[in-house]
Amino acid sequence: MGDFLSQFGELFAIYDVPAAFWVNIQLTFWAAIFSLILGTVLALMRISPIASLQWAGAAYVNILRNTPLTVIMTFLFLAVWTQLQITLSDDFAQNFFRFGVIGLTVYHAAFVCEAIRSGVNTVPLGQAEAARAIGLSFLPAARLIILPQAFRGAIAPLGNTLIALLKNSTVAVAVSVSTETSTLMREMIESNANYIYAIFMIFAIGFAVLVIPIGLLTTFLSNRLAVRR
Amino acid sequence: MRTRHAGAAALAALTALTLAACGGSDVGGEGGGDETGGAGGGDTIKIGIKFDQPGLGYQDGSEYTGFDTDVARYVADKLGYSEDQIEWVEAPSANRETMLQTGQVDMIFATYSITDERKEQVAFAGPYFIAGQDLLVAEDNTDITGPETLEGKNLCSVTGSTSAQRIKDEYAEGVQLVERPGYAECVTALTAGQVDAVTTDDIILAGLAAQPANKGKVKVVGAPFSEENYGVGLPQDNDRCEDINAAITEMIDDGSWEEAVTSNTEGTGYTPNADLNPPTPDACA
Repeated sequence: MGDFLSQFGELFAIYDVPAAFWVNIQLTFWAAIFSLILGTVLALMRISPIASLQWAGAAYVNILRNTPLTVIMTFLFLAVWTQLQITLSDDFAQNFFRFGVIGLTVYHAAFVCEAIRSGVNTVPLGQAEAARAIGLSFLPAARLIILPQAFRGAIAPLGNTLIALLKNSTVAVAVSVSTETSTLMREMIESNANYIYAIFMIFAIGFAVLVIPIGLLTTFLSNRLAVRR
Repeated sequence: MRTRHAGAAALAALTALTLAACGGSDVGGEGGGDETGGAGGGDTIKIGIKFDQPGLGYQDGSEYTGFDTDVARYVADKLGYSEDQIEWVEAPSANRETMLQTGQVDMIFATYSITDERKEQVAFAGPYFIAGQDLLVAEDNTDITGPETLEGKNLCSVTGSTSAQRIKDEYAEGVQLVERPGYAECVTALTAGQVDAVTTDDIILAGLAAQPANKGKVKVVGAPFSEENYGVGLPQDNDRCEDINAAITEMIDDGSWEEAVTSNTEGTGYTPNADLNPPTPDACA
């Protein structure tokens, strides 16, 4: 057992494990913000009275949700960066980080949209009718009446999406974000295969430590903030 | 009712798949266990190779080609296994030690560098080749001649390998790094002009340059700046190491080794580092 612990010590001395997790946290942070914005817009499109917007929102969700994230990331790298030569920053590390955030955002926005829409379904129809009756058009009604209640009903599914987003941030390796955890794990296995179990434990525990609080927090908040009816 | 039927069918299919998967690994485990003898009558031998490295270990339809597979065939032949007794298994870099320890393969020829860390887990015969880290650049490139000239250039390597980081740390601090899951994607970025060079062991680069799609577009710089001893990975409790070393020595002496190197890197102008090659196998531990 002491031997096992010394392996952890040695691995932490050679490799900067917290820095790798920090990259995943940053990817998750930015992608969570942007996908929440994009997802809200998509949800508005899907519940709007305009048929073409409904169609466009539904098409986006169905296409992006059913495309593997790795494919989206590889597309960003091979098609957008390699062939179309679109660059987001002169610094490569920054450039690929931004591509990583874009990939995670467009993918998870589809799930955020559906989570919010499920929240919208928790708002009784009478609320929308009452909003209409006092003269609010679609956007003010959504902003003042529907969405505030919908978000409070959507916290649990949004938390699930956030957990998935955090774990999926390792897929950013497919767009050459080379400082995050899955790259570091491969590097460690490549040069220190003798510590394979310790390496596995580091990343398994690391992700559990990050994910479990998110789960506890969203469960707590969804109970606390739910609209009692 | 309809959906319930579909659900049941899906469940049945899933169960069957799961069972099949279990069955497969069981068979594999037993096979690895009882094959301890040197000469194999009707037995097969499971050899781990790369499936995605042209010129070294490459699955081309139902054929397996490359330098690693040529050496593996020769060695297997000397151990008493004919070509159709060889069972090729894909051995990705990260899985190699585990595959040897659990008996999923009997030996590995997969650009497997001999290192002290790995020796704690597995045994090695050989080396059968000494590669060195090198650079692959566009055919018309003249300003990249070695790792020092990469300052301000874009460099591609494979995820999880330390070769690109080594260049950044030791030779050119201003190099911009790109990491891809496979070398082929690095070469795509190179031919599209988005990166200036690709780095890994010279013979891997030569194999990539020899691909029909890349011929005439890229070249190996030819100034290796590290030493990678490719060995034959074996489980620690093996009794084959000496026989394999003898086979490798024989292969080098009778000229088949030279022939295998040339035929797998044909048309690229690549020659292995002559000071170190052909190597002499180390004594078995």
